[in-house]
Amino acid sequence: MKDPAVQHDAEIGQTEVKETTCYMCACRCGIRVHLRDGQVRYIEGNPNHPLNKGILCAKGSSGIMKQVSPARLTKPLRRKANAKRGESQFEEISWDEALTMLSERLGHLRATDPKKFALFTGRDQMQALTGMFAKQFGTPNYAAHGGFCSVNMATGMIYSIGGSFWEFGGPDLDRAKLFIMIGTAEDHHSNPLKMALSKFKREGGRFIAINPVRSGYGAIADEWVPIKPGTDGALFLALTHEILKLGLFDRDFLIQYTNAAELVIDDPARDDHGMFVRDESIDVTRGCTDPQDKFWWDRNRGAVLTHSEGADPRLLGGYTMPDGTPVKTSFQLLKERVEPYTPEWAESITGIAAATIRRLAHEMGVMARDHKIELPINWTDAWDKEHDRVTGNPVAFHAMRGLAAHSNGFQTIRALSILMTVLGTIDRPGGFRHKAPFPKPIPPCPKPPHSPDAVQPNTPLDGLPLGWPGRPEDLFVDDNGEPVRIDKAFSWEYPLAAHGLMHNVITNAWRGDPYRIDTLFLFMANMAWNSAMNTVETRNMLTDRDENGEYKIPFLVVCDTFASETVAFADLVLPDTTYLERHDVLSMLDRPISEFDGPVDSVRLPVLPPKGECRPFQDVLIELGARLNLPAFTNQDGSAKYKNYPDFVVNYETSPGSGIGFLAGYRGKHGDKSLKGEPNPNQWEQYAANHCVFHHELPRSYQYMRNWNKGYLHWARAHGMTRWAEPITLHLYSEVLQRFRAAAQGKWPGRQPPERYRKRIETFFDPLPFYYDPLETQRVDTKRFPLTALTQRPMAMYHSWDSQNAWLRQIHSHNYLFVNPKMAIAQDIKDGDWIWVESHLGKVKCMCRYSEAVEPSTVWTWNAIGKGAGAWGLSAKADESKKGFLLNHIISEELPVVSADGKQVLSNSDPLTGQAAWFDTRVRIYKAEAREARVTEPQFPPMKTLPGQLARPKQRWQAYVAGLFGRR
Amino acid sequence: MHPAFSVIFLTTLIGAGQGLFLALFTGQLYSTVRLVEQQPSSFYAVGSALSLALLVGGLAASFFHLGRPERAWRAAAMWRTSWLSREVIVLPAMMGLVFLYGVFHWAGWTQPWLVLGEGALTIDATFVLGMLGVLVALVLFVSTGMIYASVKFLQEWSSPYTIANFIFLGTASGFMLAAAYSALIGNNLVSFFGTWAVIATLLGLGTRSASLMRNATLKHRSNLQTAIGVRHRGIVQKSQGFSADSFNTREFFHHQSLRTLKLIRVAFLILVFPVPIMLVLLGYQLQSTTLPILAFAIQYLGLLAERWYFFAEAQHPQNLYYQQVS
Amino acid sequence: MTQLALVIDLNVCVGCHACVTSCKQWNTSGWAGPMVDENPYDANPTGTFFNRVQTYEIGSFPSTETVHFPKSCLHCEDPPCVPVCPTGASYKREDNGVVLVDYDKCIGCKYCSWACPYGVRELDEQQQVMKKCTLCIDRIADHTLPEPERKPACVMACPTNARLYGDVHDPDSEVSVAIRERGGYALMPEWGTNPANHYLPRQKTHMHVTEEDLQRSDNPLTKEDITVYQGEETMEDVTW
Repeated sequence: MKDPAVQHDAEIGQTEVKETTCYMCACRCGIRVHLRDGQVRYIEGNPNHPLNKGILCAKGSSGIMKQVSPARLTKPLRRKANAKRGESQFEEISWDEALTMLSERLGHLRATDPKKFALFTGRDQMQALTGMFAKQFGTPNYAAHGGFCSVNMATGMIYSIGGSFWEFGGPDLDRAKLFIMIGTAEDHHSNPLKMALSKFKREGGRFIAINPVRSGYGAIADEWVPIKPGTDGALFLALTHEILKLGLFDRDFLIQYTNAAELVIDDPARDDHGMFVRDESIDVTRGCTDPQDKFWWDRNRGAVLTHSEGADPRLLGGYTMPDGTPVKTSFQLLKERVEPYTPEWAESITGIAAATIRRLAHEMGVMARDHKIELPINWTDAWDKEHDRVTGNPVAFHAMRGLAAHSNGFQTIRALSILMTVLGTIDRPGGFRHKAPFPKPIPPCPKPPHSPDAVQPNTPLDGLPLGWPGRPEDLFVDDNGEPVRIDKAFSWEYPLAAHGLMHNVITNAWRGDPYRIDTLFLFMANMAWNSAMNTVETRNMLTDRDENGEYKIPFLVVCDTFASETVAFADLVLPDTTYLERHDVLSMLDRPISEFDGPVDSVRLPVLPPKGECRPFQDVLIELGARLNLPAFTNQDGSAKYKNYPDFVVNYETSPGSGIGFLAGYRGKHGDKSLKGEPNPNQWEQYAANHCVFHHELPRSYQYMRNWNKGYLHWARAHGMTRWAEPITLHLYSEVLQRFRAAAQGKWPGRQPPERYRKRIETFFDPLPFYYDPLETQRVDTKRFPLTALTQRPMAMYHSWDSQNAWLRQIHSHNYLFVNPKMAIAQDIKDGDWIWVESHLGKVKCMCRYSEAVEPSTVWTWNAIGKGAGAWGLSAKADESKKGFLLNHIISEELPVVSADGKQVLSNSDPLTGQAAWFDTRVRIYKAEAREARVTEPQFPPMKTLPGQLARPKQRWQAYVAGLFGRR
Repeated sequence: MHPAFSVIFLTTLIGAGQGLFLALFTGQLYSTVRLVEQQPSSFYAVGSALSLALLVGGLAASFFHLGRPERAWRAAAMWRTSWLSREVIVLPAMMGLVFLYGVFHWAGWTQPWLVLGEGALTIDATFVLGMLGVLVALVLFVSTGMIYASVKFLQEWSSPYTIANFIFLGTASGFMLAAAYSALIGNNLVSFFGTWAVIATLLGLGTRSASLMRNATLKHRSNLQTAIGVRHRGIVQKSQGFSADSFNTREFFHHQSLRTLKLIRVAFLILVFPVPIMLVLLGYQLQSTTLPILAFAIQYLGLLAERWYFFAEAQHPQNLYYQQVS
Repeated sequence: MTQLALVIDLNVCVGCHACVTSCKQWNTSGWAGPMVDENPYDANPTGTFFNRVQTYEIGSFPSTETVHFPKSCLHCEDPPCVPVCPTGASYKREDNGVVLVDYDKCIGCKYCSWACPYGVRELDEQQQVMKKCTLCIDRIADHTLPEPERKPACVMACPTNARLYGDVHDPDSEVSVAIRERGGYALMPEWGTNPANHYLPRQKTHMHVTEEDLQRSDNPLTKEDITVYQGEETMEDVTW
């Protein structure tokens, strides 16, 4: 061999380096793709990228195997005329045939009943376009995967503090000294969090992980606090109880920046009970913001308008307004609420010792109080008060699906937001910090349509398909209060379903409740497998027919890059490209990659040509939009407005002359304007020249306290981020929720829920956080199902929703159910035994693995390792289908029907937001019989290889060498 | 360790080959000083050919162990440091000497070069070749043994017993074969070789039992604490880092049950030691010509089991890192 | 003499496997490649990796530690695998101490793997030669690369910077300082192999809250201590 010191890698073959953005998961790291003779030689993190600063995870480093995956689709396909759905029998067709077929069908639907077309997308990185397409089409039936991901986190926090974790904000680990991570959250902002966590630990920060399982980042925590699943709310309430009791809260912060000291009407007899006392006569901004017309109780002057000059308001207490109205401060109501939530009470629910809960509360409170951060940054608050410093309390939190994926998740996350707020850690150094375009008003201004009239033939939807209801009038219901959307989002059943309920779409459409649809278009959503709850039945629904022999869901379009389990059920398959073959934008209109210090958006640029006849999904949507004559995609003369997606991105403006488009950077004719500006024909080139990123760093005085930072709020308004420059007071007490409760109690002057929802709304729309057992727990026999089954994604597969990667699958080719040995031994289950896991819905067979790092009432497994036989280009004998299993089979999409619910069928979701309650699943486990086959169950008939699908290598070896692979 | 049949055959075949050569030359020495009857040159020539065949067979088996046998010649390069390299040099030397020894006998090039003690000891070319052969055979035994004994963290192997076992068991099987050979051709050296075979087998029994006893109570110096550097008694691997197998799980684990292991140990302890000894003694009593042949065959079979167990018994410290999939 | 090595910080390694696949992608097309995969889309997928991340549980519930443990060739200063190689294919570079295999000389006898207590050598089952971590010799020795990129791919990729790289013989290098100040240790010291790679142990940050911290005069509750007389009965009404 040649001495490696004298043979240089770049001299082998024709080499070049191209920059783009990773898409092996949701992180969106900057990458540099090295090519050798047109094949990918090496993908490395882009050191000039603000998000990952040169590092790259296991998935990003395995992008090469995505390019050579045998699961790759390369041709548009149509289900053979005489083949049954689900048998994966297809014939190749041309794109023209495919789009003609689709536009004829959709054109008819649009002209007759647009809501019969439903578009649901799995991955979230192009919602700006997909949402716009749905709106232009005129269907309300659109959402992405947020409803079964973390909508509770988004809503729970946004309805409390005007921002949320991940894309919208996160823990400031650069300055925090105590970091508490609760539940599984690793897969959200994973690389930046890894980087920050490492730095945090090295600088001596204290890291506490509260989680039923010690894995992921919790492995390197200084302390692991095991907790029973779904009981986090009880913990937060008890922590708040202790912090309030000992006076460890940040009084000044609460008074100035939250509604803690604001006065709430406290007279259950009155219709406005629970509403803030307001002076509606005064002249304040009354848009969708929180008007500044509320009162404090000044210790000398009594009731005064909030932020009155020289006021010294009481934080606690009940008072009587001059007109005799009895009032209490929000904080008083909170204090009364948490009174019974003692650490001892929480111990019995969470399994965490009361002494530990007290200690945690003390650590948080004392750290927040005694290690104040002061930064010499001048800023002006929304009430024109100048400050010569920014201060902060160095206690940071992070949480995501672990909290969100429970049916009590919204109130739990409200409780967490309030805990963070009483510690005074919102948008301050060392605590939680927002990312542009957040913070937004509570709740944000966009609203869903509020009547069925919004849906009209051949007309765009009147309103946005998704939004943030602030009052019953914002609900998307008909005159009878019944849902308009297929997923029942924004109905009285799930009023705050800001991300929709994708997990109920197939069941609802199959059952015809609320109605039947014609065409279901799924993009990158594996709804016949790991994206669905109750997988077995979901697959049956997709193939079920009515009495006329028609499929109950008549037409199913699937757009995907790979032969997923869902592709087998399609009537029409559209082959998408991989991330290395396309233009993409990570847009400010969707979920950008902003940093704490200012807005950031970025792009993907193709580094390879599309394989076969693959077309980027966005191009397809734009062409389809033009074929359907959707106004935004069509010129007056009916011709297509945009050549393709890159052309669209450059030239599209949210409204003519708005200066706001999909990309915020390098706008204006010469590319010298930011955030707003006329289209720039060279915008893509300028992104390419700037590492695919636009990063606008705010002045330091705009980087903190943004909810109340006058400079920032005005800047945000001027740059089109928000409509208002009003302060965003934190909602310790949620009047928004109280409005819905009042409606349920018959006290709201406007819309009221149908009878069958009154009790539900009254119970769950509590303006203060409270704890309740997860809904499934309330409805199943917990003696029969004593355990809770959880899943999480292994780090090498976080969010890696597509392609079965030849390298990554060697790390996790199959999965086990992790069980606490003490619990297992009691049932005579040995490490490695085959066992059955049974829920009220059904059972799966798998292997078990002992783990001392799991709380005894919890069992868990790696999610989405198990695959359907033959799917994803794998052989039918692959470990994924024979030894791997999917827990989804026994996770129900609906709650057991009980008389307490009036025998209604309800989604297994949070009753406020419709968030899928994946982690509420109650199970029991027992040993499989010795005579039972050593194979996981259920098993499905193997999926066939599709026409045009890339083939598996014929020999058993695969040796990838860039420049030579497949060419020798 | 995973018992590779290539290496099992290599070591047992060349062991028997070396032993057979030692037996032939022992016979020659005894006959030179007239303690046993003179044998025709064909006895030595055919015997040498048999020994050579075993050595060649062993060498051939060893090629199956190599990933790139066409490059085997390179293996002689590092004789200064590598016992494997030394074996690679010594084995052909041994084969050469055995070949010459046989050829000289066959050709009758046995003119005395030196006669000592008034004819009590005549030294000819075969004597010199034989003495050289004995020396080289011993070096080969040591080289082969040291390949295993020199890997100090394979504690089951890293002991003088390993060398002793290779020497005694190889010698035993060689003498056993010489006895069988004599029985087959019907000469009167059956009991001579048989006796020495019994002696070597008994010596082997001693050293092999000693090594078994040593290994039974062996305290491994490496454990999970030293492997990952964490001081705690309760360390359990949860994931080896991959789901299926790998070179590390294929090469270093026997993948057999403890029961199989015990069975093989009992089998070799019976087949290598008591059975051949009894057969030899019985053959002596019954003047049987088949029993010594059976004795060799059974002992060789036993040695295959012994060598299998030798590998399977050795616990490589790397195995600490490859315990669990999840 | 220079001895390049990795120092792996178990205190921050979260077990993400970034080092595993970044190594694979760099090296499969590099000097040490290919790194072949067997059954890549079938049952029992297996292949050559120079670096693996393992997971250990320490202690029992609830005092459990989960340790993620990356392991690759430790580039021993006295590598037992080198002298046993019969062909000289395994060698230790004199200029930087990296232990390498020359595939052209390797006969695939696997003896070096037997002679390694750490299980870090893997036979390429297709090419039938021994392969192992090269510390990305074709990166670190490539002077056409910009200086900051002359590091192993795993080090470049590691999201938690848990992999420090440098000369352990230079007392002022980052790695030497880390070993010295953070209790860096070698694996299986009992065999005298003198691994150049070291591991940094877990460290815990604790917080102590005292009674004084909880009872302070500036407690904000004192500001809310409001007791307004509403005409209710007091002791002054009933006694004197």
